[in-house]
Amino acid sequence: MNLTILIVMAVLTGVLGSPYVTDTDVTPGSDSAGMSAHPNSVPEAADGTEVFHEEGVVEEEGVEEDVMATGELNPSHYPAQRAANVVKHYLNTRYGSPYRWVGLHKVHSANAEEVAESGRKYHLEISVQEMTGNTTEKCSAEVLFPALENQRSPQVQASCEALLTANTTAQEEALYQQYRRNHTLLSGHNLPDSYGHIDPDMKPLWHLGGVASSFVMLKESTENTLYNMAQVANVTQLETENDQLRFNYHVLLHDMVSQEIIHWKLLVTWSPAEGVKVLQMEELPKCEHCEVPPKPN
Amino acid sequence: MKALLILIVLMNLDKNKCFAFLSFSDQVLSITAKTQEQVELLKNVSTQYETVLWQPVSPEYIKEEEPVHLSPSAFAQSFASRFCFRVLLDNTNEMIELQTRNDSTDPRSSSSYYERYHSLEDIYYWINRTTQEHPEMVKVVLIGSSYEKRPLYALKISVGEKQDKKAIWIDCGIHAREWISPAFCMWFSLSYYNQNQDITHILNHMDVYVLPVMNPDGYKYTWTTNRMWRKNRSYSTDSSCVGVDLNRNFDANWCTEGASDKPCSEIYCGAFPESEPESEAVANFLRSHKDSVQLYLTIHSYSQMLLFPYSCTLDEAENHNELLVMAQEAAQKIRRYYRNTYKYGAGGKTIYLAPGGSDDWAYNLGIKYSFTFELQDRGRYGFLLPPSHISKACNEALIAVKTIALRVIEKTQAPQ
Repeated sequence: MNLTILIVMAVLTGVLGSPYVTDTDVTPGSDSAGMSAHPNSVPEAADGTEVFHEEGVVEEEGVEEDVMATGELNPSHYPAQRAANVVKHYLNTRYGSPYRWVGLHKVHSANAEEVAESGRKYHLEISVQEMTGNTTEKCSAEVLFPALENQRSPQVQASCEALLTANTTAQEEALYQQYRRNHTLLSGHNLPDSYGHIDPDMKPLWHLGGVASSFVMLKESTENTLYNMAQVANVTQLETENDQLRFNYHVLLHDMVSQEIIHWKLLVTWSPAEGVKVLQMEELPKCEHCEVPPKPN
Repeated sequence: MKALLILIVLMNLDKNKCFAFLSFSDQVLSITAKTQEQVELLKNVSTQYETVLWQPVSPEYIKEEEPVHLSPSAFAQSFASRFCFRVLLDNTNEMIELQTRNDSTDPRSSSSYYERYHSLEDIYYWINRTTQEHPEMVKVVLIGSSYEKRPLYALKISVGEKQDKKAIWIDCGIHAREWISPAFCMWFSLSYYNQNQDITHILNHMDVYVLPVMNPDGYKYTWTTNRMWRKNRSYSTDSSCVGVDLNRNFDANWCTEGASDKPCSEIYCGAFPESEPESEAVANFLRSHKDSVQLYLTIHSYSQMLLFPYSCTLDEAENHNELLVMAQEAAQKIRRYYRNTYKYGAGGKTIYLAPGGSDDWAYNLGIKYSFTFELQDRGRYGFLLPPSHISKACNEALIAVKTIALRVIEKTQAPQ
């Protein structure tokens, strides 16, 4: 056969963007390194922990419902998603750690009811994903958004299949000892940076920032918000007290509804024994002129 | 040369696969017919199903026990399971990309030009270079300028001699911090130069206008000062807060619930509809091309959704069901080929009311196929999506664009 012609054609003929399937193992493992190293050929590329959103399970939707309606809700529409995100924050406040950061994977079903004089209650069947180890599990949950007059945080009850049983004790203990032994206290900023980069050493502090942010987001959530942590602007380790590692965090939270980026300062403690606690939280004023200077690329 | 080496390695491995398959239009397969019946089938496939035959030179030379190299269309499912084959090249477009990439700039990144984020200056340079390299296909159209007087360049991609073709409009980068959006417009344009059959088909019927950065001032600001900046950079007379949300500044239930009349808000609607030079420029262009533009697309991030009108009201669009089916098909394609979940629906009902958006305005202008895509991810990285995610994010959006564009052609243009 004429190999040269084939190569020339291989180089010249192309179909960018055409579908390809990555999980069928079409290339023999040993020979494909040159191509599979390219992110295009293996979407789940590089660092498996970074894949947050795909697990093959997919919703089919298209059913209509009114916003803020009671009764059965479309699981993929925002009213259900907002309530489910509150459950996610709740689980983080209960079970979070630098190696246990819960994300919302999927809302299976949701319905809402008016509860006389106390607010609106959502009943949810959801899947959550542990984002550092990429495991998912199902949870049943109830979220009560208090009626507007009494501005309290949403109340959440949740039970999960096997609540986040992945054993992270050894990792946590190692990290804890490492941070305790630090001669110079840790600090970091812009996790991830403007270009999505995050130093592997800093990932536990990013996760911890995410978990700590969930304390704020749980407290601040209403039926009219959808919060997400956008970035850890700054983190500084403080002197350890009573065996608790302590950190000052400055986090940026993004509210989808208002599109605002809000700044919070948090005093966070963590130890494997006591878990994550947020001792102080303070919203920083929106400040047009005190923006973080650009980081040289 | 790299391609040659990889190819030789691949060809020396004789691991045939003999099972049913999903799709490999991005691959080159080697298939060997064992019987005369299979020879006939292969000839048939090579001539009929838009398959690119690479060896032998013509279907009539296909013989028993002689390897046939071909790059099948997505249609190949029906026959591939009947053969043993092996993959010669597993991702041809990527090979091409590897050969043509520009390794010059970012030293930290080993990925290709299109898998990085680019500064505004780089994008202007890219626009310039693109028009020089493809003068027969690409023209640059100056549609206006930004508040800070930066040019708003759109690319017009057009093939063939035919005049007064219908057209697709795609804009990116309305919101400054959504960096994946301009990256998509660049990725998308690239796909048009490396044509495949769907793209060829689309371009035979439609011209494509691509506005890579609709909000250059804001985009620049995210590179120099504040990565989380969303709006443009216009100053208002009665506030110290800067910027208007360009996607609340169009004349579609302007400044009603879901937008804000406060200049400090991130969803500030502006002083009046089209008060901003960026939105005015796009609106003027679309008004003057409303008879040709049949499909309007605007690219945002994040949250993985394919949305269509209305966002400015909970009412259904007149062709709601038609739009729903198109978005659903696009989402299904993404799931099938990229294993990722995109929600879809009318904007107002699926997420929240957002009046003054470009998609609703374009729809009301008479562009009956109007979509807003929210690309990756679902919040983990949000606006800070790592460059390693660009190719997948763009490819899945691209298949959605192609799916919808093909449907629009089917619906609006009589077979020729």
